[in-house]
Amino acid sequence: MNSISRRKFLKISGATISTAVVINKVSKALEKTDAANQKGIKKIPTFCDLCFWKCGAIAYVRDGKLWKIEGNPIDPLSGGRLCPRGTGGIGAHYDPDRLRSPLIRTQERGKEMWKEVTWDEALDFIVEKMQIIKAKYGPESMAMFSHGIGGNFLKHTLKAFGVINFAAPSFAQCRGPRDVGFKLTFGEDVSSPERTDIRNAQCLVLIGSHLGENMHNTQVQEFAEAIDNGASIIVVDPRFSIAASKAKFYLPIKPGTDLALLLAWMNVIVTENLYDKEYVEKYGFGFEQFKAEISSYTPEWAYPETGIEPKLILSTAREMARYKPAALIHPGRHVNWYGDDAQRSRAIALLNALLGSWGRKGGFYYPVSMDVRSYPYPAYPNPTKEKVDNPNKKYPFADEAITTGIREATLTGNPYPIKGWFVYATNLMQALPNGEITKQAIQNLDLMVVVDVIPSEIAGWADVVLPESVYLERYDDLNVEWFREPFIALRQPVVESPNDQKPNWWIAKKLAEKLGLGNYFPWKDIEEYFNYRLTAAGLSFDELRKNGIILGAKQPIYFDEGVPAEFPTPSGKIEFYSPQLQQAGFDPVPKYKRPSNGPVGSFRLLYGRASVHSFSRTQSNRILSDMMSENEVWINTIIAERYGIKNGDYIKLKNQDGVMSNKVKVKVTERIRPDCVFMVHGFGHTAKGLKHVYLKGASDAQLLTRYEIDPLMGATSMNMNFVTIEIGD
Amino acid sequence: MHEYTITRHNEMIDPSLHIWGWEISVYLFIGGLVAGIMIITGYFIFKGKYLDKNCVCRVLPLLGMILLSLGMFALFLDLEHKLYTWRLYLTFKIASPMSWGAWILVVVYPAKITSFFVNVSEYFSKRFQWMNRMSEKLQEHKYLIKTIGVVNMLLGGFLGIYTGVLLSALGARPLWNSSMLWMLFVISGLSSAAAFVHLVAKNIDERELLAKADNGFLIIEIFVISLYLIGMITSTKVHIQSAMLLLNGIFSPAFWVFVIGLGIVIPLTIQLLAVNHKIKHTPIAPILVITGGLILRFIIVEAGQYSRWIDAAFK
Amino acid sequence: MARFGMVIDTKKCVGCMDCVVACKTENDVPEAFNRDWIVQDVRGKNPNLHMEIRTERCNHCDHPPCVYCCPTGASHVHDLGGIVLVTHDLCIGCKACLASCPYDARFIHPEGYADKCTFCVHRVEKGLDPACVSVCPTHCMYFGDFDDPNSQVSKLLASRENHSLIPETGTRPQIFYLV
Ligand SMILES: Nc1nc2c(c(=O)[nH]1)N[C@H]1C(S)=C(S)[C@@H](COP(=O)(O)OP(=O)(O)OC[C@H]3O[C@@H](n4cnc5c(=O)[nH]c(N)nc54)[C@H](O)[C@@H]3O)O[C@H]1N2
Ligand SMILES: Nc1nc2c(c(=O)[nH]1)N[C@H]1C(S)=C(S)[C@@H](COP(=O)(O)OP(=O)(O)OC[C@H]3O[C@@H](n4cnc5c(=O)[nH]c(N)nc54)[C@H](O)[C@@H]3O)O[C@H]1N2
Ligand code: SF4
Ligand code: SF4
Ligand code: SF4
Ligand code: SF4
Ligand code: SF4
Ligand SMILES: [Mo]
Repeated sequence: MNSISRRKFLKISGATISTAVVINKVSKALEKTDAANQKGIKKIPTFCDLCFWKCGAIAYVRDGKLWKIEGNPIDPLSGGRLCPRGTGGIGAHYDPDRLRSPLIRTQERGKEMWKEVTWDEALDFIVEKMQIIKAKYGPESMAMFSHGIGGNFLKHTLKAFGVINFAAPSFAQCRGPRDVGFKLTFGEDVSSPERTDIRNAQCLVLIGSHLGENMHNTQVQEFAEAIDNGASIIVVDPRFSIAASKAKFYLPIKPGTDLALLLAWMNVIVTENLYDKEYVEKYGFGFEQFKAEISSYTPEWAYPETGIEPKLILSTAREMARYKPAALIHPGRHVNWYGDDAQRSRAIALLNALLGSWGRKGGFYYPVSMDVRSYPYPAYPNPTKEKVDNPNKKYPFADEAITTGIREATLTGNPYPIKGWFVYATNLMQALPNGEITKQAIQNLDLMVVVDVIPSEIAGWADVVLPESVYLERYDDLNVEWFREPFIALRQPVVESPNDQKPNWWIAKKLAEKLGLGNYFPWKDIEEYFNYRLTAAGLSFDELRKNGIILGAKQPIYFDEGVPAEFPTPSGKIEFYSPQLQQAGFDPVPKYKRPSNGPVGSFRLLYGRASVHSFSRTQSNRILSDMMSENEVWINTIIAERYGIKNGDYIKLKNQDGVMSNKVKVKVTERIRPDCVFMVHGFGHTAKGLKHVYLKGASDAQLLTRYEIDPLMGATSMNMNFVTIEIGD
Repeated sequence: MHEYTITRHNEMIDPSLHIWGWEISVYLFIGGLVAGIMIITGYFIFKGKYLDKNCVCRVLPLLGMILLSLGMFALFLDLEHKLYTWRLYLTFKIASPMSWGAWILVVVYPAKITSFFVNVSEYFSKRFQWMNRMSEKLQEHKYLIKTIGVVNMLLGGFLGIYTGVLLSALGARPLWNSSMLWMLFVISGLSSAAAFVHLVAKNIDERELLAKADNGFLIIEIFVISLYLIGMITSTKVHIQSAMLLLNGIFSPAFWVFVIGLGIVIPLTIQLLAVNHKIKHTPIAPILVITGGLILRFIIVEAGQYSRWIDAAFK
Repeated sequence: MARFGMVIDTKKCVGCMDCVVACKTENDVPEAFNRDWIVQDVRGKNPNLHMEIRTERCNHCDHPPCVYCCPTGASHVHDLGGIVLVTHDLCIGCKACLASCPYDARFIHPEGYADKCTFCVHRVEKGLDPACVSVCPTHCMYFGDFDDPNSQVSKLLASRENHSLIPETGTRPQIFYLV
């Protein structure tokens, strides 16, 4: 490099180095493994792990070094095109701040002081502690937090050990309320990948679903298709999102009042007889009670609540009806907002029911999958206790474990103590509201294990940190997907791990053996495991390895294609009126409750996604941080003027409990209401090991000290926090 | 209301262009100065003044060459791919002022050398007889000498024009994109040169003459600057915006104080008084003129990079 | 003789930056430099807003001032479809081309030469789409030959309202945005 421009170059890119340079540097480490260093280009199919969508990908290895990743053209999820995070995935392999070897804590928890140890030392340490916990409290006193397919084998090991408490933030911090609301209505949930037929929708209603920022690949691709087809798009969001910029109707709703809007929409559609009568008569249950219940929710009533003019509510309701049943009210995904979330989701389900979109083209299809049986392991030991997360069904409709429930039990020791945490691929410090409680809970533990790829915040609180190979360096469990068309996908190693990182299956097997549970891993290595399952299903592992994907035969996915219109609810019908809820003491038809306003002079804190980052997991990825290295707080122009803040200024945010954020750059914009501010989730890292992103931007999680719990199913609603603007440090 | 956000963050490009620093400003200034020096030298030679024993035109060629070499060194410093500089001389690109400049500089040196030999300054003629003989030989051919004078004036003209065209050819920068810019640089080059020569000249009448000439140049310069800015203001929105950078924008203090005030108006008044024998000649006026010329280049180079078309897309 | 260019549908573009990431990996663009970038152009007052999202890069102009002003011929027009390219070891790094580009599409590569979008000529020669085009999840970018009236790009241009960037500068940009 020419000295002058090199100097200038370093000046601008701060302490960092060019991708090229990083690659050279880190791949020095690879050289040893890459001894062969074969010239030329190799293409290896796998599937992405930058988020949980699992897009089929093809990794390119050039002269033995990882070069780039593209979509796998035969993959139904990506159609051969990844999202920006997936395309930037190679940065995960090259991240110089990765965990390199197993670590054991040398000072008190949270100090992030470690000694490097061998895998045997680390696992022996864990095994010893686990046996003590089992002896003292029983295996039920171990719990595991895990997110994503990578956790499967470790779960298996712990189940074999007798663990029963497993939870992921994807329920109580994400899609739980939605799935419960839909299950209460249709008897089935929306699940992931969402069964939304966006591609064929003629009217698409997005309530906070910020597609385009939310980059769940298939959803975004189908959204673009819908735009191409001239679908009528209605977007409801306090913030003029990317999606809003594509909308025919934009409704800048007052935060937390969506249920009022939904009730008013249904009121219009029912009173104007715009609903799908045949569908409702054929499949509906308790429509008359429902009709009576919503009769008072007129657009005029909703206006002061939502700030949306009655005529706009009217015209949008009629717009949906015009296109029924190909009118899709998107159920959203991260819906734990205001404590009424399951009921709001149920209202969304009911609106879809009125339009007859469930089971219909352009609405919700019936996902299909291939019949690949799981591996025939020995049975797990019988638990002697109930799960801790939801004691005596406090939240009657929770059908998955509640992360914060396990946290609660760990803190209080009720219904019984939790003494060991196993944390796989979930950064609880950024994922769960009110991190202080999480820290207190951790202090009650006798064992805290974190399996991660980078030194995340949660890893900082571990007794033992196990460094995993990133997805490009390992096999994971088979993905037997439920989607429009049935298929299975394989994740397989593309390059070797640069240091002493190991794949989760290896860790799980090794741990099981050390626990004396080797019989639960009858297979020699994971390839043998795949071979067994695939041959049993009459499929070929070699074909899967070669193509990354095996497609199954197309099957009907709509009622009119022959899918039986069955609704596994108590009544066997779509429950407009829900006796279950009524019996459990909840509103059988959703009722609107006005959200609490924050203290005067404060703004509701909203958060969401940026297209180039996933939660708190990608900020350290050099390619993606080059796209966006810090988050901004969005502030409406009028407010900015009032406070004398200019675009690009740095401010701090203070929440209602006095928690002060890290300094964060201001985006002064017309694109948000004056009564709220918005921030992208996942920044403001406080883990020292994350050198490149340490204290860049602010953390929304840090400010979410208040949350409401959804009484139906225990989700933590996190849009309940208010912040004031603090100028100057 | 207009919000414009861009994700590009390229060094030297964003948030606004800053590819050229002091090196280019100095290079352009010296280019203009040397151009003026060549014209003046050429004029004296043409007029036969070179015969006067202490005619300044006997020292100017050498001084010019030294200055020019300094300028070219500044230019060299600015190049990002220095090892490849020789590539300039593998080709001539008729559409590229840079290419023109590269070649003009090549022919300027021989011209200056010949002008140097027209009447070698005492310092050398004493020491090197052969130089003396060269001059005597040359002086036998009156027409050849006149041609040398003309050639120096012409090449000086080209050199001066080129320093302006180099920028005005860059249509992407509205402030530079004016047919007046080369005139501005030529005239400012001449005034600086006149001032410079005034400083080094020993001969009283020459000093007087140059002071007068300088006043002329400075008056013309005021006109040219006005025309240049009027041209901008009567042009498109972007051109108006860029002119405003000088008139009342971030560069206006420097422009009004150093270029117009200290660079032109004040020295002009001083020298008008001087040539009318109200006060006597001091180095102050010429020094002010020279610094004014230098600062003019700095401001034009800086502000020019600041001015751009995409601003037309909004605001 | 072909005339390559792009047509980009701003109605579909979501500004996700996949095109930027793809360019980085495909072409080993150094960290902190961009050959392509996203612009968000917002007009109006809340809630009556209009936003145009554009993915921008070198426009491979038909009248490329960057080529005209280059003293060494490093900046040149490729025979293949009028793609504007830079020959690294002819470039002296004088930056005239950077100054001449109304779109600021160029930068100086850390190794000292002028760099910018190449329309992925190495892919185009193989009959592939440029990396950014082939990766775009919304399929909002189209690459093709404007000289061929039956090409998709020509048809799109003929059939839909569109604009290019600051055509006033007379550079004749070859990237067009459908609105
Ligand atoms: N404040 C706030 N909280 C939220 C949200 C929000 O928007 N704001 N969003 C909620 C939602 S919708 C969800 S789904 C959850 C998501 O919550 P999480 O699933 O916890 O997501 P991340 O914060 O990215 O944490 C992922 C962790 O896994 C690590 N990791 C990444 N790849 C691997 C791997 O291959 N192996 C292993 N072992 N570890 C890996 C990362 O380094 C990181 O520490 O967060 C929820 N919580
Ligand atoms: N790039 C990227 N994409 C992702 C992810 C990622 O990490 N990165 N994570 C994925 C996952 S797991 C999830 S769960 C999804 C989450 O993404 P989504 O489910 O689409 O959106 P949310 O996170 O629920 O909410 C964010 C949006 O809701 C708006 N909003 C806030 N309050 C209100 C309100 O009261 N009413 C209305 N109508 N709108 C409101 C915000 O302005 C913002 O636009 O994204 C998925 N896609
Ligand atoms: S959506 Fe993007 S990040 Fe998620 S799996 Fe697909 S490509 Fe990867
Ligand atoms: S990848 Fe496509 S959608 Fe995303 S920003 Fe680029 S052009 Fe727009
Ligand atoms: S966009 Fe700029 S760099 Fe590209 S061809 Fe046009 S002028 Fe040259
Ligand atoms: S920087 Fe290089 S490419 Fe640009 S004009 Fe100068 S020599 Fe030509
Ligand atoms: S065409 Fe190729 S070089 Fe140009 S922006 Fe797209 S990817 Fe980058
Ligand atoms: Mo989620």
